[in-house]
Amino acid sequence: MTILSAQHLSKSFGKSKRKVIAVDDVSLTLERASTLAIVGESGAGKSTVGRLLLRLIEPDTGRIEFDGHSLRDLPPREMRRQRRRLQMIFQDPSTSLDPLMTVGQTLEEAFRVHFQMDRKERLDRMHELLAQVGLGMHHARRRPVELSGGQIQRVSIARALACQPDVLVCDEPVSALDVSIGAQITNLLLELQSAHGLSLVYISHDLRMVKIIADEIVVMRGGRVVESGNAAEVFHDPASEYTRELLEAIPGNGAHRR
Amino acid sequence: MTSAMEQHGRVASDVPVLEVSDLSVSFASGGEPVRVIDSVSFDVYPGETVGLVGESGSGKSVTCMSATGLIRHVGGRIDAGRIMIDGEDVTRIPSSRWRQIRPKIAATIFQQPIRSLNPAFTVGDQIAESLRVHDKLSRKEAWAEAVRLLDSVKISHAALRARDYPHMMSGGMCQRVMIAMALACRPQLLVADEPTTALDVTVQKGILELLNDLQAELGFGVLYVSHDLEVVREVCDRVIVMYAGQIVEYGEQSDLFEFPKHPYTAGLIASTPSMDSQRHELGFIPGTVPSASDFPSGCRFHPRCTFARESMCTEGTIDLTSFNSSERDVRCVRAGELKLHGGPIS
Repeated sequence: MTILSAQHLSKSFGKSKRKVIAVDDVSLTLERASTLAIVGESGAGKSTVGRLLLRLIEPDTGRIEFDGHSLRDLPPREMRRQRRRLQMIFQDPSTSLDPLMTVGQTLEEAFRVHFQMDRKERLDRMHELLAQVGLGMHHARRRPVELSGGQIQRVSIARALACQPDVLVCDEPVSALDVSIGAQITNLLLELQSAHGLSLVYISHDLRMVKIIADEIVVMRGGRVVESGNAAEVFHDPASEYTRELLEAIPGNGAHRR
Repeated sequence: MTSAMEQHGRVASDVPVLEVSDLSVSFASGGEPVRVIDSVSFDVYPGETVGLVGESGSGKSVTCMSATGLIRHVGGRIDAGRIMIDGEDVTRIPSSRWRQIRPKIAATIFQQPIRSLNPAFTVGDQIAESLRVHDKLSRKEAWAEAVRLLDSVKISHAALRARDYPHMMSGGMCQRVMIAMALACRPQLLVADEPTTALDVTVQKGILELLNDLQAELGFGVLYVSHDLEVVREVCDRVIVMYAGQIVEYGEQSDLFEFPKHPYTAGLIASTPSMDSQRHELGFIPGTVPSASDFPSGCRFHPRCTFARESMCTEGTIDLTSFNSSERDVRCVRAGELKLHGGPIS
């Protein structure tokens, strides 16, 4: 069953001569409890699509449908309510949290905005969330500078989960992390997906990681979708020349070696 | 003890371009000096590529910066050991001499080429500068050589592009410029510190091919630092695995990746997604690298190791020893009994 879909999304930045078309007629569909990966190289428009899906930036044209609502037609008040269900985590964990707030305060803010909870409920929930992402209550008193990159990314995920989202958009969630820590985070996302039925939009340039996590895949280049479909099929038998080039360029897949 | 590293022989040219023995480096950050790398030994021969892998904080960059004489500029101190480059122990030479010889013996290319270039000068000028200083070329000769170098790193219309400023070039182009600059004075050793991590895969492929071609032509040795094991697998002949300031495993590339003997190496391989990975199957190493002031006793990896045994792994010090007389060194007391999985050779 489809939870989130977009039809004919377009977005350009700048005016007249300096106009750049960042996203050009992009359509995609995310099924409930599955993972849709958006892949492509720098400047392909992947991150812009991620932000458009959540209306963090407003598309020029196109339609976004989330769980039966047309997101762009929702009045602001209703949009705020739906935002709880659409969360995002970003690439650079060190800049995605408020440096002045402790981890506990960051999580509490999400509770305060979206739920009515008393003190005991808040503490119980915080305990539960931190445990889910592999952290402990002692981390709640820390600020982002006192945490490692992997721990901050875990906090970002906990903060997103605090809202009990249906959809989590992950924009290059592990590319700033060590391989071993990236593997920990990827496994965490997969666990959370099977435990809570989370639907993931996974934006990445790392096709090897995408192969592990994705059910469906959208390949973008220059703002346009060049190929989309079942991930296993795209990897096995890419339809477009560009996808084939991308796959061949992956280390371990080609022959740069003498 | 003859380690696998010492047995490693090269027929064609038996003099290594870089020979590091028992290198220990510490940093004094306010209080007590902290030992960040501990008794590291390895060598790099002409024309070969040696990979240096490990997580952040394992000592890869400190090792590289020591080999290129940059460590003192970031507050590090070489406590013990020798670094032989071109027959000279470079651990004791003054900074002024380093400035003279560095471009000829040990050039570095970094992860972020755009940050390594000066935004206020054209790329041609930046390459020409080092030629004027070190090769004593005239302005005109240096410029012509800079253009030739840009051409040699496959930048089309080199004479025109030499007049470009770094911001006018893409990340891949900037890295080509960095390579041209690094090779300007024909160094014997090129230290490549994550040179393609910031680049797109198709651009990365081009850079790796270029490095390979230039190395075949010019014969320099490469110390290749990366946390991407799949890249290391493709470009390296031998691989050094570092953890918490020590070498934990060393071996020939194909053998090491196929039959890792140290649980840390096996963990890194399992954490690295490859095109042979199956959906929803990715291994990982629990926990994080300890900080240098807080290295555990015994095997430094034991708190994160699923195979660690009380006392034998947690106490004393564990030496890097040659394994089964093969070309392999391992720092693990259980190396002989463990059955570890490597990755498929692609």
